[in-house]
Amino acid sequence: MVDVAVVDYGMGNLRSVEQALRSVAPAAEIIVTDDPEVVTSARRVVFPGQGAMPECMRELNARGLRDAVLLAARSRPFLGICVGLQMLFEHSAEGDVAGLGILHGKVVRFDSNMHDAQGNKLKVPHMGWNRVHHAQHPLWEGIEQDARFYFVHSYYVQPQDASLVQATSQYPQSFACAVAKDNLFAVQFHPEKSSTAGLKLLNNFMLWNP
Amino acid sequence: MLAKRIIPCLDVTAGRVVKGVSFVDLRDAGDPVEIARRYNEQGADELAFLDITASSEQRGIIFRIIEQVASQVFIPLTVGGGVREVGDVRNLLNAGADKVSINTAAVLNPQLVADAAGRYGSQCIVVAIDAKQVSPGRWEVFTHGGRNATGLDAVEWARNIQDLGAGEILLTSMDRDGQKNGFDLALTRSITDALDIPVIASGGVGNLQHLVDGVKKGGADAVLAASIFHFGEYTVRQAKQFMSQHGIEVRL
Repeated sequence: MVDVAVVDYGMGNLRSVEQALRSVAPAAEIIVTDDPEVVTSARRVVFPGQGAMPECMRELNARGLRDAVLLAARSRPFLGICVGLQMLFEHSAEGDVAGLGILHGKVVRFDSNMHDAQGNKLKVPHMGWNRVHHAQHPLWEGIEQDARFYFVHSYYVQPQDASLVQATSQYPQSFACAVAKDNLFAVQFHPEKSSTAGLKLLNNFMLWNP
Repeated sequence: MLAKRIIPCLDVTAGRVVKGVSFVDLRDAGDPVEIARRYNEQGADELAFLDITASSEQRGIIFRIIEQVASQVFIPLTVGGGVREVGDVRNLLNAGADKVSINTAAVLNPQLVADAAGRYGSQCIVVAIDAKQVSPGRWEVFTHGGRNATGLDAVEWARNIQDLGAGEILLTSMDRDGQKNGFDLALTRSITDALDIPVIASGGVGNLQHLVDGVKKGGADAVLAASIFHFGEYTVRQAKQFMSQHGIEVRL
């Protein structure tokens, strides 16, 4: 039984996620896999995602990974990252596509005409290091309040149940950038690219026993 | 709120970091993996690698460098230089790049930008624009490391590649590159105001005030510099502290 399965459905580079996990858990068996059986039998599952959500959903279904991800998300420590967070919801405005529907809510786009307090245009994608204001959860253990994490995304999640929100960020309005439910935790930012704070979160995930 | 990014740039050839003036007259600055680690420790927000290797037999070197950096440094890595087809994008991403920068090939074959963004997502496709002023308020796009004029207007070209799916623009002023007299602020402002995607200003940084000006006057979302960091004039952290003192939000 592998310790961590990183779900590979062919959408881009998962090497960063794998390497960051290895650096925090050098002794763990970490596998990047497109095999549904490996995903369903792994102790922990990381569900990354990048690119456009319609393609991610299509590839996930085409590779027969949907059921394995649904099962893992309900049964073991599960970490969604970026589009891997967005896909947990019911619907995305990106390509008007249905998500996995594990969590109630939708995924919407940042407005294209946003400005900061000084009147400067805010670009989309929201790209770079932003502050993350977090709630109490084992995955935030040892992470400074309002620490910065690296984001790159044009869409964000709107959970129906506000109690699921484990962190928010601002661009310029507040938006949910982490959610949790039972054994599931998912973030909009990239912990694998967020230096010390990101590695700490991954380390917390490796130690998490929900 | 979102911090402005500071991106040290490593021009790499034959396994070494080098820096020239206006793309010629190269000077050795050290080992890329060691330099990348140092900038990460100093708080760099991202790192940019530009493979300026001329000969094809040495092109494999950049992959090994990126692999080594990516296993030790957990911040975004942008890699460019010699990207000609979607396969080159894939190979760099597999080596550990988070974003791939396309320059000359985007001009020769704009469909490459659309194909690469379609396949791997806009978030990992950066289009580098090398621009030179041709008249007041007008800049032309150059390719092949600044040797070939294209006749393309830089602002129009930037809009065009945004529409094709580029996620970010790396904008270099050919007039300023290596001159240390500051960014071309009018160029930076023209491009950033014309676009919805982030713009990285590059070319001409000689002191920390230039970084502040790039953000405040040029409107850049990120600033890229090489020689002020390579030769020990300033650390990345000093640059960030200076920017912070001048009211710019940075990650400290």
